[in-house]
Amino acid sequence: MTLTEKPGTAGTADAVVPDSAAAALGRERSSAGFVVRRFLRHRMAVAGLVIVALMVLTAALAPLLAPHDPNQIFGSFEAAPSADHLLGTDAVGRDVLSRLIYGARVSMSVGVGAVAVYVLIGVLFGLLAGYYGRWVDSVIMRITDVFMSFPYFMVILILVSILGPSLLTIIVVIGFLAWPMIARLVRGSVLSIKQTDYVQAGVALGYSTPRILFRHILPNALSPIIVNATFGVAQAIILESGLSFLGMGVRPPAASWGNMLSEAQSITVLSSQPWIWIPPGLMILLAVLSINFVGDGLRDSLESRSYT
Amino acid sequence: MTTTEPLLQVRNLKKYYPIRKGVIARTVGQVRAVDDVSFDVHPGETLGIVGESGCGKSTTGRAILRLETPTAGSVIFEGTDIATLSAGTMRRRRTDLQMVFQDPYSSLNPQIRIGDLLAEPLIAHHRLKRAAAQARAAEIIQVVGLPRLYLNRYPHELSGGQRQRVGIARALMLEPKLIVCDEPVSALDVSIQAQVLNLLKDLQGEFGLTYVFISHGLGAIKYISDRIVVMYLGKVMEVATTQEIFTAPRHPYTEILLDAYPEANPHLRDRPRIIVEGDVPSPAKPPAGCVFHTRCPSAQAICTTEIPRLSTDAHPVACHFPLLASKNGKVES
Repeated sequence: MTLTEKPGTAGTADAVVPDSAAAALGRERSSAGFVVRRFLRHRMAVAGLVIVALMVLTAALAPLLAPHDPNQIFGSFEAAPSADHLLGTDAVGRDVLSRLIYGARVSMSVGVGAVAVYVLIGVLFGLLAGYYGRWVDSVIMRITDVFMSFPYFMVILILVSILGPSLLTIIVVIGFLAWPMIARLVRGSVLSIKQTDYVQAGVALGYSTPRILFRHILPNALSPIIVNATFGVAQAIILESGLSFLGMGVRPPAASWGNMLSEAQSITVLSSQPWIWIPPGLMILLAVLSINFVGDGLRDSLESRSYT
Repeated sequence: MTTTEPLLQVRNLKKYYPIRKGVIARTVGQVRAVDDVSFDVHPGETLGIVGESGCGKSTTGRAILRLETPTAGSVIFEGTDIATLSAGTMRRRRTDLQMVFQDPYSSLNPQIRIGDLLAEPLIAHHRLKRAAAQARAAEIIQVVGLPRLYLNRYPHELSGGQRQRVGIARALMLEPKLIVCDEPVSALDVSIQAQVLNLLKDLQGEFGLTYVFISHGLGAIKYISDRIVVMYLGKVMEVATTQEIFTAPRHPYTEILLDAYPEANPHLRDRPRIIVEGDVPSPAKPPAGCVFHTRCPSAQAICTTEIPRLSTDAHPVACHFPLLASKNGKVES
């Protein structure tokens, strides 16, 4: 392409590249297309994405998909799977399949909600710490140190028991406790990106600090954030299941995969009524595994890209 | 040229970097990247700053634009000392001073299309709305010799020379008075260098620009500069017109620097060369007296103790024993 540049052609436009040649060379028109192609090559990630998409769809369309009201009590409790109740009924006589479908709502909203909260906080603090440096950085990093030295699960248990278990509490508590990881990640990226010439050019062009932070630094620091957030969704789902299993999460009348599992605390259920606990267990496994594969795929496709 | 009021006056500019050690980050010393540098830049001229790696020429350029905060000294642009302006005032003032960066691969944000990159300065300073700014970008990109269809491209789709043209176009968007070119051609192929230099020259005529052109390459400096500042270890050694520097250097360092420049004519390559011993001393521990005395062929006792001041005549030189103006024979005064 350099051949098309002639010496001393300033002020004229005769360095025109033939359009077809440029189009042939510029197949990789956007970096987004490049990332998508690399992601599609990762089969497990694509499979994971399909499953996650189905789960999100299920959660969204739960009232249409569920055969029964998840809280309706039928006469036959602990009934084995039948034509009427495809996955049987639980100890109280509620339809397991319907509860499973409604449970997807809890898992998906905890996963996405908690991650949204902590990515927002983490990105903001990370940007400030990395860009301003000096005492701002020191203060924020010491705060993250304090947060990261807590035994995570214990603090969540205590906070949830103080605030009262509910879906919103779990989202907020996980969101406010998990941000330091993202903040450190973002800070690290910002430290290297702010040294680049294009950020220096932004300063020289007189851009405002928010413009430099959000238009020039953040988009270039996004890849590790997206990957980390994806794994974070899976972790949040496990956390919610664990909390609900212990009775500190979503409260019983409402269905969640975690509190459905807690019925397996009884030895009779565990040994002779597998339809009650295997489906929610499988769903948690499937959701977490799928999301982790998506994360793997994103990491491979986003983080190894080069523009030059 | 000297009758006009200088556009930019750099006075006693210093940039020291602290060397920190230990857990409490105690300052144990300083790297004197730029040490007491003064020069003027007149409107419409190109001032070249030349020197080897680590002599502080880039730091000087960055300090002029306040990409580095000077440790001391002033940078007077059109009568205002911009080294002491508040951050907000400086941000608005930046429209008059722009920069072209060395590495065209890292100076353009890879996520933003060329058209948006060029339009952004106008939008950010509320000069034009988006559509008008895009139209202006389409004009400027043709001025720097690129076709309009590149506006929709991402930086990674362009070659180094093309990207540098985009970098120059971006610097032009705000119609600055002064552009600091920090090694704008040294990252480019030799075949592209001349094109970019010609472009810079043409633009200077067209837009009435003033350049501070920083380079370690004597060829580029000689081609584009009206006057040249020679730097060594953070200090100014000599300031003169390009003609004087290349035909009658007064500082021994300048002479050695020119001597190291490869001779294009193979028949002239047999002439004896001045061989310099040793390395450039560390700017953390600059030698006492004249910083060049450790390597200077004509150093005397006074050079190790007393710092030579830049002379105030028409051809300023910082040397106790400047060379006399004669091309072949070197006579010491």
